[in-house]
Amino acid sequence: MSSSPSTLAPPARPRAGARPRRPRRSRDLWLGVVGVVIVLAGAETLSRTGIVNPDFLPPVTAMYAALFEMLREGWFWEALWLTVRGWAIGLAAAMTLGIVVGFVIGSVPFLRKFTSSTIEFLRPIPSVALIPLVILLFGAQPQSAFVLVVYAAFWQVLVQVLYGVADVDPVARDTARSYQFGPLRVARSVIYPTALPYIMTAFRLGAAVALILEITAELVIGVDGLGRELGIAQSSNAVPETYALVIAIGLIGVAVNLLARFVERKALWWHPSVRSENS
Amino acid sequence: MSITTHLTSRLKADAPAAAPRDQAVALDLRAVQKTYDTPGRPQVEAIRHLDFSIRKGELVCVVGPSGAGKTTLLRSIAGLLDLTAGEVVLDGTVVTGPPQGMAVVFQEYGRSLFPWMTVRQNVELPLKEKGLDKAARREKVNRALEEVGLTEASEQHPWQLSGGMQQRVAIARAIAFEPTVLLMDEPFAAVDAQTRAELEDLVRSLWKHLGVTVLFVTHDIDEAVYLGERVIVLSNRPTVLMEDVNVDLPVERDQLTTRSHPRFGELRGHVYSLIQRAKRGDRPDAPMPGSHGATEA
Amino acid sequence: MTRFLKAAGYAVGLPAILLTAWWFGSANSTDPFWPPLSTIIETFPTTWTWDRIVADVFPSLARLGIGFGIAVVVGIVLGTAIGLSPTLRALSEPVLEFFRAVPPPVLVPIIALFAGYTGWLGKIITIALGCLWPILLNTVEGVRGLEPVLGDTARSYHLSRWRRLVFVVLPGASPRIFTGARQALSIGVILMVISELFGANRGLGAAIVQFQRSFAIPQMWTGVILLGLIGVLLAAVFKVVENRMLAWYLGQRQIERGE
Repeated sequence: MSSSPSTLAPPARPRAGARPRRPRRSRDLWLGVVGVVIVLAGAETLSRTGIVNPDFLPPVTAMYAALFEMLREGWFWEALWLTVRGWAIGLAAAMTLGIVVGFVIGSVPFLRKFTSSTIEFLRPIPSVALIPLVILLFGAQPQSAFVLVVYAAFWQVLVQVLYGVADVDPVARDTARSYQFGPLRVARSVIYPTALPYIMTAFRLGAAVALILEITAELVIGVDGLGRELGIAQSSNAVPETYALVIAIGLIGVAVNLLARFVERKALWWHPSVRSENS
Repeated sequence: MSITTHLTSRLKADAPAAAPRDQAVALDLRAVQKTYDTPGRPQVEAIRHLDFSIRKGELVCVVGPSGAGKTTLLRSIAGLLDLTAGEVVLDGTVVTGPPQGMAVVFQEYGRSLFPWMTVRQNVELPLKEKGLDKAARREKVNRALEEVGLTEASEQHPWQLSGGMQQRVAIARAIAFEPTVLLMDEPFAAVDAQTRAELEDLVRSLWKHLGVTVLFVTHDIDEAVYLGERVIVLSNRPTVLMEDVNVDLPVERDQLTTRSHPRFGELRGHVYSLIQRAKRGDRPDAPMPGSHGATEA
Repeated sequence: MTRFLKAAGYAVGLPAILLTAWWFGSANSTDPFWPPLSTIIETFPTTWTWDRIVADVFPSLARLGIGFGIAVVVGIVLGTAIGLSPTLRALSEPVLEFFRAVPPPVLVPIIALFAGYTGWLGKIITIALGCLWPILLNTVEGVRGLEPVLGDTARSYHLSRWRRLVFVVLPGASPRIFTGARQALSIGVILMVISELFGANRGLGAAIVQFQRSFAIPQMWTGVILLGLIGVLLAAVFKVVENRMLAWYLGQRQIERGE
């Protein structure tokens, strides 16, 4: 902390982690709780005092009452299950597809050059452009959500995997070659470990996007799940229930986020750096 | 600034080396003490007692074993850290925040320059803060860049330059600011040996004809003896003063003759043995207020 | 010259193959859902006439632009404030984590309660709120991750608060801000479309769904293609802006990697 311990500190290391961890975790945690309480209490007050029309913003207590009411009903758990299942299957398919295609394209220079313009072109096409198409093809079936989820998450995964494969240290590759590793062994012992952090980033970004598209499909197309229930609640003017469902979906989002970070940390405990999402 | 110009003209008359150039004190450390006391962490006593002063126009080097609190000391002087006890006095004013007449050149040259600005903009930014008009800024920037030999590179970005050149930019920025005291924190620790020698000579020549007071922190004994008029040797942590060594080498120095001078070897050996003792934990632990004993082996 | 031709060949090769395959593969298609590409292309100019573009496409893009612009301004201002203050950051972190995790389309029903969904207001709020979180959170991270030595430098040269903000903090955070803005833009396009699917509406998204509901399939396809082209165009414009404003950052990274 005082003088630099080694004489030859390298001049420019990545910035992250340059600052020492603050030992104020307990204070921060406490402040975080205070922040949540302020928001909840503020919303409650706005509604109770009528500053904001309670027809639009019911008291927070009413929202949670509605939420707990729902937790006791079968349809809620059914819808929750369908949403989570649709998300998980779509994400799994997108990850598999993205990793396989990414490894193949990334390891063959010709394919990389040949496909790059197409990828750059297809990637920004918004997945919602496919909504009318999947309505025609599948209607309000889970397949509609599946197509949207896979399409949206696939590009996130593919691009990260391509970055990852491109990041392989040429010296490591040459070393492997000089020891006459076969292509499979190179893939397993050189390319895969380098690409792993990128795959984890892909998982984190893909998981969030997949949830967005799953909920969108339910809300807009009417695929069964929490999003559809939300649409129904809103159109039948059940305001506290609408908010309760938004909170429930938000909590799923938080859970997905925490899960992604947990998986990332588990898989990368050996890795010195944690990737930032510069995609 | 008037002090600088005044000193410049006076120094061109080539003062004798060892004799004090000016009795006026530029920087005074009075019973400085620093203990890191972060809640939830063990207390760390970094500096126990430091007490020395630097006269105007002096070039003083500070060396010490690894972990001797050199950077803590420098950051305290620069007003970037609060002291636990004692005070740092710059030009008669007690330092409480970053003081007005001081410029710092950090070790991490690559990270102390603003990568989104050109070399010229980097040097110019502190001058804008001083409220100088455009013409005055331009003139000062040009002169500073010329001093360090970077006129050609003025429109480039720092990251387009080599490490040594980047450190020159940081130096140019510091001298354009026209500080009374220039602090340098192991500025050449991360450049290669040849560049390092060039930069050392640059510091000597800038010091000589700008007449600025320089406090130069380093871990390198050769560098300290080659550059300094005095070398302050620190003990291990918690830091106290080991010895204040007077460097009685000729004022005209160059890499070849100075380094092969017998006196250079003696001084170097002396400082080396002090550092070795400090590393072993041998320390004059009673605080030695005001001991500027220019003792010599 | 041969080098240029080679690069051009790589760039055009696969798209040409794919388009050719689509053209011939669909040429004799009688499946109503997959009309021949030639039919779609013939339908394009009659569907997207200037009047229609003015009535449907421009309003959509204007709403996207306004919503995205609001999100950029609010996100940077709030993100900088939160990033600079550890207390504010600790206070707001769990709340922001929650809002970040809420999939933006679920905001639609709630905003519909407040602002209604027939006019522009509800749609713009939806887009702005959806775009806000990625920008806000990335700005916080960018401000927080600012190189400490740069902060020391700014302090030791007495840069005023204002100068520190404009010349040090914001440029230092700008790479992260752009990362956030890029994520926000793609969410914004999604919300631009979704927000038009509720209530009786005009706009690009609404038009496409209208075609689908009335089984005007070739017209629907032209809408899908147009939406895709707009997505690509927006990404390209974003890239140009980014290359201009982050030239220093991209150059620096290139050099760091090259070494």
